[in-house]
Amino acid sequence: MTTIALPSYEDATSRYEPVIGLETHVELGTNTKMFCGCKTDFGAEPNTQVCPVCLALPGALPVMNGAAIEATIRIGLALNCDIAQWCRMARKNYFYPDMPKNFQTSQYDEPLCVDGYVDVTVDGVEYRVEIERVHIEEDTGKTLHVGGATGRIHGATESLVDYNRAGIPLVEIVTKPVPGLGDKAPEIAKAYVAELRDIIRSLDVSDVRMEQGSMRCDVNTSLNKPGEEWGTRTETKNVNSLRSVERAVRSEIIRQAGLLDVGTRIFQETRHFQETTGDTRPGRSKETATDYRYFPEPDLVPIAPDTAWVAKLKSELPEKPSVKRARLREDWGISEIDMQSAANAGAIELIEETIAAGASPAGARKWWLGELARRSNELGVELVEVGATPVQVAALQKLVDDGKLNDKLARQVLEGVVAGEGDPAAVMTARGLEVVSDTGALQKAVDEAIAANPDIAAKIRDGKVAAAGALVGAVMKTTRGQADAKTVRDLILSRLGAS
Amino acid sequence: MAAISREEVAHLARLSRLAVTDEELDRFAGQLDVILQSVARVGEVAADDIPPTSHSVPLTNVYRDDVPTESLTQAAALSGAPDAYESRFRVPRILDEED
Repeated sequence: MTTIALPSYEDATSRYEPVIGLETHVELGTNTKMFCGCKTDFGAEPNTQVCPVCLALPGALPVMNGAAIEATIRIGLALNCDIAQWCRMARKNYFYPDMPKNFQTSQYDEPLCVDGYVDVTVDGVEYRVEIERVHIEEDTGKTLHVGGATGRIHGATESLVDYNRAGIPLVEIVTKPVPGLGDKAPEIAKAYVAELRDIIRSLDVSDVRMEQGSMRCDVNTSLNKPGEEWGTRTETKNVNSLRSVERAVRSEIIRQAGLLDVGTRIFQETRHFQETTGDTRPGRSKETATDYRYFPEPDLVPIAPDTAWVAKLKSELPEKPSVKRARLREDWGISEIDMQSAANAGAIELIEETIAAGASPAGARKWWLGELARRSNELGVELVEVGATPVQVAALQKLVDDGKLNDKLARQVLEGVVAGEGDPAAVMTARGLEVVSDTGALQKAVDEAIAANPDIAAKIRDGKVAAAGALVGAVMKTTRGQADAKTVRDLILSRLGAS
Repeated sequence: MAAISREEVAHLARLSRLAVTDEELDRFAGQLDVILQSVARVGEVAADDIPPTSHSVPLTNVYRDDVPTESLTQAAALSGAPDAYESRFRVPRILDEED
């Protein structure tokens, strides 16, 4: 393999125009699978949520999950799609053990939802990403390759398969090719996936967790010179975070520009995103795999959604995330950038609920975007799972507002809350963290600090008020941080006649 | 003219991961051709006003409630498998494919 010199991203996008397209898979959060009543719980013991239908035992017949059809239609409506009046499921035939039937039940030329769009804003400019189709299908089983290098198919001698995931409803959302984005293409791709995630989350039909695989993204990228026809596209799989969406498009633009610069043809191929390096590597050759021999599924009757029912679902859609963000941003009095970071942290609903529980917008934002965001990063869990509830955060802020906790103590209380020690008030009492508000006890600590540091006390008496900091520190130390620093300072200065 | 060529049969065998000998290819191509030609005769009598039929019953919207039903036990699920390991189905590696 020869290496070629890669242009910079700026150079590549100054000479080539990217066209991107995104295919996103969303696992629905239904109680049961798409075609059978098996549960869909994440993390169950292997092959315990399986039955004759999802194991493809002879004679088993599928029946569609009505809730999954409804969820798919709601997603389509939220993405401004038209809903098909009549459509069929189709068999996508392929030979691979992740589907025991030797085919995946999907949709082919008759998707349930078509022709929608999503508007995204990047750097204050609105871009429209058009949706080609939204269809319903089923997820595959999980394969584990063993022998040779662990987990990888290269050198593996056999595969171990768990069919718990096989048959879970999966919605595929495909954009039309998006040209004309220039060097903003990677950011817009990321913004689109983020918006899609927020929209689907607002519908409460999936937990849309990229890191857990309930939302997965494939990114198509091609390059052409200005005025010329679109180039050959590559498809990048294994893109498992919002950040990776942006990085994958960016690195693929640079890679393809490098090849085109030396006159090399781009092959239509599947590539895999590498989380560690941020670039893409070639995947399987699709020479034989693309021949899926689709045909209408004879075991499932056509879907013909009632027009009045679809109209009702449309009228009951929740407030759009973009509209809601604008409304909340105004209520909270914060900048677009601050709102964006709250959205990226998955904190909007949490902040909203914390405010509803009585906290000020600033107080609610402070804890979720500060201490708790830091902690969720450290633990590698979503903010919502960090261990504190909006009600607890509101209670914590109230203790601060009431002067019972200072900032430092409040952080310790929060630590206890996150560790499961109880509500803030209980943690405060159990850990003995309440601010010392007993003036007598404080006065005693101040007098001790003055007696122990006569030199500093003398300086303060001489008017060097700045020296008081050292005495404040000494008092905070003896009270184990459980005093209000400003109160202590005032007490010291008045004792030494310097206030 | 044959309805299916020897090359098409070889292609289908490859997609299905079936090892088919040259003699079998000749034999299967002939047999499949007879089947396809027979079925194709339906097209001769179908008029323009008869749409292609994918389902034998005129039903739509047959759905089930999203309520869990009993699954198989793990032991029962794996009982018919040719091979199993660590509660999973064990199958030979499939070449030229990846997750």
